[in-house]
Amino acid sequence: MSAIVEQVEAKFSSAVVEKVLDEKKLVKVVVSPENLRQVALYLRDTMGFDHVKAVTGVDLSRLLKKENKIEVIYHLGSYTREGLTAEVALSTKVDKSNPHMPTLTDIWPSCEYHEREVYEMFGVVFEGHPDLRRLLLPEYWMDIPPMLKEYEPAGR
Amino acid sequence: MTVLEKREEVRKAEFYDVGEAALKVSYGPQHPGTGHFRLVVTISGDTVLEADPDPGFVHRGEEKLAEYKTWITNIPHLERPVILDSAGIQYAYVLAVEKLMGVEPPERAKYLRPIMAELQRIGSHLYWFALYGVFLGHATMFLWCFGDREYLVDLTSLIGGQRITHAYFVPGGVRNDAPKNVPQQLVKEFSRYYRMVTGKDLSLNTTDFKKYTVAVCEFFDQRLDDYWDMFFNNELFIARTRNVGVLSREDAIRLGAVGTTLRASGIKYDNRVNNPYDAYPNFRFDVPVGTRGDCYDRAVVGFKEMRESVKIIMQAVEMMPDGPVKLKQHPINLRVSAGEAVARTEAARGEMLYYVRSDGGDRPYRVKISPPSFRLLPVMKHLLKGEQIANIPPIYWSLNYWPVEADR
Repeated sequence: MSAIVEQVEAKFSSAVVEKVLDEKKLVKVVVSPENLRQVALYLRDTMGFDHVKAVTGVDLSRLLKKENKIEVIYHLGSYTREGLTAEVALSTKVDKSNPHMPTLTDIWPSCEYHEREVYEMFGVVFEGHPDLRRLLLPEYWMDIPPMLKEYEPAGR
Repeated sequence: MTVLEKREEVRKAEFYDVGEAALKVSYGPQHPGTGHFRLVVTISGDTVLEADPDPGFVHRGEEKLAEYKTWITNIPHLERPVILDSAGIQYAYVLAVEKLMGVEPPERAKYLRPIMAELQRIGSHLYWFALYGVFLGHATMFLWCFGDREYLVDLTSLIGGQRITHAYFVPGGVRNDAPKNVPQQLVKEFSRYYRMVTGKDLSLNTTDFKKYTVAVCEFFDQRLDDYWDMFFNNELFIARTRNVGVLSREDAIRLGAVGTTLRASGIKYDNRVNNPYDAYPNFRFDVPVGTRGDCYDRAVVGFKEMRESVKIIMQAVEMMPDGPVKLKQHPINLRVSAGEAVARTEAARGEMLYYVRSDGGDRPYRVKISPPSFRLLPVMKHLLKGEQIANIPPIYWSLNYWPVEADR
């Protein structure tokens, strides 16, 4: 599975910011937001990843290695190609002060609702998303996006 | 002209002749037996032009809560979103934490976990068919399913201590061992029920746990034949579900469908086989797939899955080795080494994915749950488009969508 990351790196050498290679836990390639769509198209058309299993947002600002960024991770999978069973993920990091990034909904329609959730919970704006509305929170929610580390639940 | 083509013709004629007669209706929020959920449907006459699923009425912020609780105390509350299949939703979390800790459970736990997961898969499917039946006007199915489910739930409570929310799985094994014997009273109860349902006497003169489990499984396996005659081979059920809500293979892939919905569309994908965990590689079972991808196929795939689950439980109780069931008693403030891990399992409704990140503390830095129901939302939107209003319940129920699980 790490071969996938190597191929991505060979093709988009300047785009890869960081990588995590652990066959058992997670194989992850972090790219810059500008190159995200290119890499996603490559992973879909050449590598055969045909759907997104989840889109995870992570607020990196309180980790031991502090970064004032939000990481958006696309967990990829394939129903059509044999052997793609490991946990492969494509991710990107956006600035917390101005969280804008391109959408991947047109590439993988399966991430439409996942991106809406990340928009709602982290405030990340997916440019080009066909239907970027709130999803789970009540209509009267006026606070900051609740999954950011600054948000403290009441009573804690 | 087949029924399907005819329906397509009618649908097209209606669909393109909308004019200004469209109407937006809030279908819900209601509690259709599973949790609160709303559909915003745009209708013209009897046809749904567009359906917009609106989840979130039972959102509890489980992911945020998980960041405030310790690794161990997370287990009981993470199972709440889907109490009927609580083994399914704990399983992936526990596997992900084990990956971060770098531990493997003892052999016996690797068999106890699938037993629990399969018992709850059957229980969850029975609940599904019970309510599916009710919503199509077939109340017998409701009573039968709940009657039989009782003895499977009893087994769950004997092993895990609770009927549905048992918090049985812990990192590094399971909480406690299965009992050696079952209560005499339970055997008596079961024998009485057995006689009532089958008209025969049950020759079970022991309270041995293994033998009792096998007896219940065998009884249930016979019982599935009755279900087939009563429900799945029933004109009423077939008329409402055959050729309704057809999901093609391509659409299933494109929209990222999961579980029975995916398999009914002809894709043989099951994490127990494709991405096996614990003792699943040791069991012999099939992955049922459908051919047409309609509501009927989705139900039949679920029905056949129960039969496979029975097979797995019977194999597991026979093959289960003796020995410890957990590595050690973890302290409540267990620390997990820094890193990130993903684990996937096949829960009752489909693929359950957890992303867990730790920064070395006694609480998770981030826990992401990607439940199967949430991934069915685009499928539901796609299937309801162009359907009749009367077909909303069969389609909704055929997906086995669980709002609480999707909302978390």
